[in-house]
Amino acid sequence: MNMIRYTLRRLWQSTVTVFIVLTAVFLLMRLLPVEGYFKDAYDKMQPEQRENILRSLGLLDPWYIQLKNFYAKLFRGDLGQSIVYRPKVPISEILSAKIPYSVKFGLTAMALSLALGLAMGVIQAREKGKFWDKIFTAYIVFINAVPAAVYLIFTQLYVTSVTKLPILFDRTKPSSWILPAVSMSFGGIAGYAMWMRRYMVDELNKDYIKLARAKGMSSTAIMVKHVMRNAFVPMAQYLPTSVLATISGSIYIESLYSIPGMGGLLVDAISIQDNTLVQALVLIFSSLGIIGLFLGDVLMALFDPRIKLEKRGGAR
Amino acid sequence: MTAKEEKTISAIEEQELFTFAEFDEEASERTGYSNYSYWGSTIRVFLKNKSAVTCLIIMISLLAFTFIQPYLPNQKNPITVHLDPNTGRQLMNHPPSKEYWFGTNSIGQDLWARIWSGTRTSLLIAIIVGVWEVAFGIAFGALWGYVRQLDALITEIYNVIHNIPTTIIMMLLAYIMRPSFKTMILVMCATGWLGMARFVRNQIIIIRDREYNLASRCLGTPTSRIIMKNLLPYLVSVIVMRIALSIPGTIGWEVFLTYIGLGLPIDTPSLGNLVNEGRRLIMSPSLRYQLIFPSAVLSLITVSFYIMGNAFSDAADPRNHW
Repeated sequence: MNMIRYTLRRLWQSTVTVFIVLTAVFLLMRLLPVEGYFKDAYDKMQPEQRENILRSLGLLDPWYIQLKNFYAKLFRGDLGQSIVYRPKVPISEILSAKIPYSVKFGLTAMALSLALGLAMGVIQAREKGKFWDKIFTAYIVFINAVPAAVYLIFTQLYVTSVTKLPILFDRTKPSSWILPAVSMSFGGIAGYAMWMRRYMVDELNKDYIKLARAKGMSSTAIMVKHVMRNAFVPMAQYLPTSVLATISGSIYIESLYSIPGMGGLLVDAISIQDNTLVQALVLIFSSLGIIGLFLGDVLMALFDPRIKLEKRGGAR
Repeated sequence: MTAKEEKTISAIEEQELFTFAEFDEEASERTGYSNYSYWGSTIRVFLKNKSAVTCLIIMISLLAFTFIQPYLPNQKNPITVHLDPNTGRQLMNHPPSKEYWFGTNSIGQDLWARIWSGTRTSLLIAIIVGVWEVAFGIAFGALWGYVRQLDALITEIYNVIHNIPTTIIMMLLAYIMRPSFKTMILVMCATGWLGMARFVRNQIIIIRDREYNLASRCLGTPTSRIIMKNLLPYLVSVIVMRIALSIPGTIGWEVFLTYIGLGLPIDTPSLGNLVNEGRRLIMSPSLRYQLIFPSAVLSLITVSFYIMGNAFSDAADPRNHW
């Protein structure tokens, strides 16, 4: 009962957030200069022509009417039309061609980072202070400290020249899938490994582990049944976010390897100032983030019965 | 106890088992006094971490060099376009040489001077953002934690903002404003303080009602003194760490925003701009130095600050003191 109440409350909160964000984004986009709606023809046009175009786009109406129209369209699933990127093409059509690429790459990278990252964390915790722990820690520090753009560019440059893998993505060449997917998982690997190591080091010193050992449980059984299982609970919170984030794709990887996905599209849309496309993408990305957090909180509450649902930590 | 053991013990004379100790006045005082000092221990633990100390030394020398570099003799202006003395045309993509230590870029500007000028710009942004994060974060967090009537309202606002991906907030703000130094700082300042405010709020809620604060209040200690003496010491270590870690963070965001085309205007050298300029030339191997030099300086700075920040946060944790 408590669970349902919590879920509903959290759902309400997320819905309100989505509406606030949609409204804020829409209104912010109205602050932009109108040149963005004309492709390159702005200077050549007469003022009346400009006005006609703006009127036909509904941009001369007062803001609350625009907002109403925007929501009315959104409820019909209409995200508007692209202006510069592919003029007059519905945005939903552009996106539906892009999403599969981003999701495929994203899911591959996620699987890789989970498998490698967790394994790395477990090795580190068991070899604490020894050779592999130090090597992997250096990797984690490097990935966390150096901006992703820098190490991704260098990976693309030097790994392709050493391994002879293709430098750009090509749908027809399976080998061109490897490097983007692998380099997309670098950050995830570091994150999961760091988390797993810290968690396991903390947990292995606790009394219940000592008890398990004292009653004669094998190390492997302790790992699998106690430590790993508990370690997964907080991870459940971030899983939906990571899965949903695959839809928005990786901005760096997709633009570096010219993969026709969502992240690369955002960079293109910004550089050519296609306002409606930027707006649609921002709306989608932020909604995905909000939904991910909602699902994560609910999943976590489901997994861990110890979490007290109504009481907020520390607040009196 | 076995009979054998009993025998052995009774064989030892009572004199040997129990003797009176001399009363030592000094020793009795030693137990009641602790020479523990928070900052002393923090610094001691930090100095024991060799890689952090190395980073600290690298960082201090690098920072000092960055800021005195323009005043050294024979330094070039970062935005002057150099001309080839033989042809009188722009000295484009001149490889590293005695005259131009890091070479010149695609329009003939000295890369060495540009890198240090860029480092100054990026560090300046990072420091402003870090200080803002801490100052505003603490002020907001203190309000949030101390004023009970505001707690529910601010928590709701926090939940809304916290739910939106940081990337999106920054991108959107940078997109609707004109690219400039001010825009950059404004965009970076927009989100970072949230985490700090939340941390301070939680600390204050935990510490606020502890007995020693209650006792202070009953004894009539003014609130300002309670905050200074009882609350702030808990936060100082975190504050220093946040500033240290916000430097690699802010530089990273700057590179990101520049990469997607929303960075500083191109005539202002910054680490993000330099890396991005270098990236455009990667297809010709002989020009890769224009990517490698800025990336190397940038990585040195971010990694050093990251290691130092983390080492400091470990050192500042009293559980790691002895």
